[in-house]
Amino acid sequence: MSSNDSIRKTLIVAFALCIVCSIIVSGAAVILQPVQEVNKALDRKRNILAAAGMLVDGKSIEEQFSKVKTRYVDLRSGKFADESVPDKYDQRRAAKDPDLSDALNVEQDVARIARREYFAPVYLVEDAQGALEKIVLPIRGFGLWSTLYGFVALAPDTNTIVGIGFNEHGETPGLGGEVDNPRWKAFWPGKQVYRGGKVEIGLIKGSVDPASANAAWQVDGLAGATLTSRGVTHLLHFWLGENGFQPFLDNLLAGEA
Amino acid sequence: MQSIRETLIGPVFKNNPIGLQILGICSALAVTSSLRVTLVMCIALTLVTAFSSMFISAIRNHIPSSIRIIVQMVIIASLVIVVDQFLRAYAFGISKQLSVFVGLIITNCIVMGRAEAYAMVNPPVASFVDGIGNGLGYSIVLVIVAIVRELLGSGKLMGFEILPLVTDGGWYVPNGLLLLPPSAFFLIGGFIWALRSVRTEQVEAPEYKIATHTVVGEST
Repeated sequence: MSSNDSIRKTLIVAFALCIVCSIIVSGAAVILQPVQEVNKALDRKRNILAAAGMLVDGKSIEEQFSKVKTRYVDLRSGKFADESVPDKYDQRRAAKDPDLSDALNVEQDVARIARREYFAPVYLVEDAQGALEKIVLPIRGFGLWSTLYGFVALAPDTNTIVGIGFNEHGETPGLGGEVDNPRWKAFWPGKQVYRGGKVEIGLIKGSVDPASANAAWQVDGLAGATLTSRGVTHLLHFWLGENGFQPFLDNLLAGEA
Repeated sequence: MQSIRETLIGPVFKNNPIGLQILGICSALAVTSSLRVTLVMCIALTLVTAFSSMFISAIRNHIPSSIRIIVQMVIIASLVIVVDQFLRAYAFGISKQLSVFVGLIITNCIVMGRAEAYAMVNPPVASFVDGIGNGLGYSIVLVIVAIVRELLGSGKLMGFEILPLVTDGGWYVPNGLLLLPPSAFFLIGGFIWALRSVRTEQVEAPEYKIATHTVVGEST
């Protein structure tokens, strides 16, 4: 046994073990990656459907998603740009790529996302006649601990919220994590986004007074999570504002997108 | 040398890793608010404990003692990553809920404890069985805790409604405390108490006794 403790043997064992383990780990990662990507895509579709209030249990996600059309928008011009989007475009990766995104200055960057990508997917839900029913937009922004990634669904008037949901965040469970609470999400449908061309929607401290003149633009804040609540307000102001999707939404309304 | 049967069954009640050894408490608090997630966690931990014990035991005669803990950690960590990858591929929803806790199996004291205490001095098959046994011992406590927490905390089991909640028009007012981690402390405490009431040999001798009151320095 004493030979086990020689420097030579120690190095050999450490080296061999690392090689074997790294082969196993990387092998598993590579072999399982295709299945994981399918899952990820499904999860994304599920969240888009959930934000649009269309998710039905027991039906396959693919089938339900067939009603949803994915288009790409150039955020610089606010027009559809399906042709100019690179193949296998990944919005999240593009936001870090200097060739596919712009840095935001402090005034623009209310959602604290640092860079805005050129292209963003939008998901259009059409009824049987082909008329636009819902618009689902990807949104993201910084809360207290983490960037919240989610979707907001708008009615064809581009002003009425249909639903909202966050599929990825690292906020405190029970406080900021309550963005996942169905009861809180139920406050959103019917709320208005714009007032006089400016984004007005926001979370307030405490409960919304239904009699208030501003009630249509206000949503209850998350109890005990002031910074997450502010983060949600800010990210909506960014993504529905002039640096986000507002130019596109205006074009869409005018039929010029 | 213990029999295989005893190695397997022993850790479930007689030498329960949570009940007697008080190991692996942190994940027992974190993942037990829903039964489905708990079951996945239990299976993952049992497999990791069993296979890491087996592999460590297989090379135990070649592990230099100066780096033995690191060697164990590397093997355990590799297995945990493989399990995590599998969960992401085949149980995406649950892996999202378990999030960091799968990764934290690496630091679960049960895995390290069995590797160091058992696998380093026993042959691979016995070590494998020991790992399964300890995994089962961990699982039984977690499953009991999860049943109580999910049933009384949200009126459901495996996501199916058992007790209709007041908020959904039923009669049951859920106990919110049970969904918070501290409730698992009370339940595990209760489990250990029950276990030690039946198996009195597990009761530890008190480390000190309160002396009877005597009056010092006064004559009567």
